[in-house]
Amino acid sequence: MQTVKIVVTGPFSAGKTAFIQTVSEIDVVETERKITNESEKIKETTTVAMDFGRITIDEDLVLYLFGTPGQRRFDFMWEILSEGMLGFIVLVDSTRPETFREARRILETFRAYAPTPYVVAANKQDLPEAWEPEDMRIALRLSPRVKLLPCVATDKESVKKVLLELLYSILEEINHD
Amino acid sequence: MALKGNLRDFSITQLLNLINLAHKTGLLRIRGPKSEAAAYFRQGKLAYAALSDQPNDLASLLYREKKLTAGQYRAIRAHHQRLSDTALGLLLVNAGYFTQGEILAVVQSAYVDVIKRLFTWVDGHFEFHSNAPFPKGRIPTRVSLENLIIEGSRQMREWELLQNEIPDLDMALKFADRPDVNLKHLNLSVEEWRVVSYINPKNTIRQIARATKMNDLEIRRIVYGLLQAGLVELVRPANKSMPKPIHTALEGKTKEDQRSLVNRLIARIRGL
Repeated sequence: MQTVKIVVTGPFSAGKTAFIQTVSEIDVVETERKITNESEKIKETTTVAMDFGRITIDEDLVLYLFGTPGQRRFDFMWEILSEGMLGFIVLVDSTRPETFREARRILETFRAYAPTPYVVAANKQDLPEAWEPEDMRIALRLSPRVKLLPCVATDKESVKKVLLELLYSILEEINHD
Repeated sequence: MALKGNLRDFSITQLLNLINLAHKTGLLRIRGPKSEAAAYFRQGKLAYAALSDQPNDLASLLYREKKLTAGQYRAIRAHHQRLSDTALGLLLVNAGYFTQGEILAVVQSAYVDVIKRLFTWVDGHFEFHSNAPFPKGRIPTRVSLENLIIEGSRQMREWELLQNEIPDLDMALKFADRPDVNLKHLNLSVEEWRVVSYINPKNTIRQIARATKMNDLEIRRIVYGLLQAGLVELVRPANKSMPKPIHTALEGKTKEDQRSLVNRLIARIRGL
């Protein structure tokens, strides 16, 4: 049995756990804890190790989706999670511009780890507070070549589209090499 | 959709850059710590700007620029207070007091000054309203933002200098080995003492900033001062290691195998 993995990363509360939960065929192995830091208390719990979802591709191939912890003090886990990934998805909360700088830092860190393809997903696009994806592209200083996809992490079709766009990028890179 | 946030996270230069590059039309409102600003943009160009803490009607702008005497200003206020800026501007041009170009130059200069003042704001909630109408009765201008952004960036040189000096807030600090200096005899501010109390090779600058509730600029300013005074040194945190390159899943496979694997993934995800 061969296994491959895609890493879902992004700032605190970007929606990584929901993203994985939406397409995983198993209940996501969550490692959530109650938040103790007052400044980060915009939700009750957060991922402290990693989320872990699975999609069986066929009888001898399995895709794992790994979500990184959102809080900075768990940054040391990124390197471990990145090992052997096919590519990664940077999830950004479109309603919280205060996290855009952190999203850039995460993106640059992951790019330093591995030259794998990636896409950026502008999550929570269904909320009225959400920034337009093209405004986010400027704010995140993403070049026009980088795929920035509108996303709603709780919507299966939306999550599928993000995963497919990443896989298309991976395929393009194979064909270009 | 909303375009809102805080200048702490998204600076005025970045905001103007976004408006410029996206050719936005609409009203930008910023609630600063002491006053509020409103600026209108058309196709990414500045059309209007005002601050809540200073008079911004045409008569006041002309008086401030010494284009009107105190007597003329009082007379306009007394007789034409209800006139909009556009109506007053037309009246003054038709009466031969000013040319249209002179009025526009004064208005443009005032709007630009408002934007320049915004460059000093590091905190303030902003909201951009894409569908808002142009402020009624105001005189519109068409000022390119590029030069303003460049000028604003110059004002932010201090920030850049500090960023160059202290590029990585994930570095830690330790006291310099200077037995001749007794911290108790130094004239440090309350903020500097607060930072000093957290100095330890295990604490990153970012953690100190969080603990002392300082933003990036404030913590960099203080750390820079302490560094320049030779009181502290930058050190890599004890628990931080350099990232090492990792291996990807496709390494060592033939192109055909790589393509086959990715195509299988695509087919499965499509069918979910």
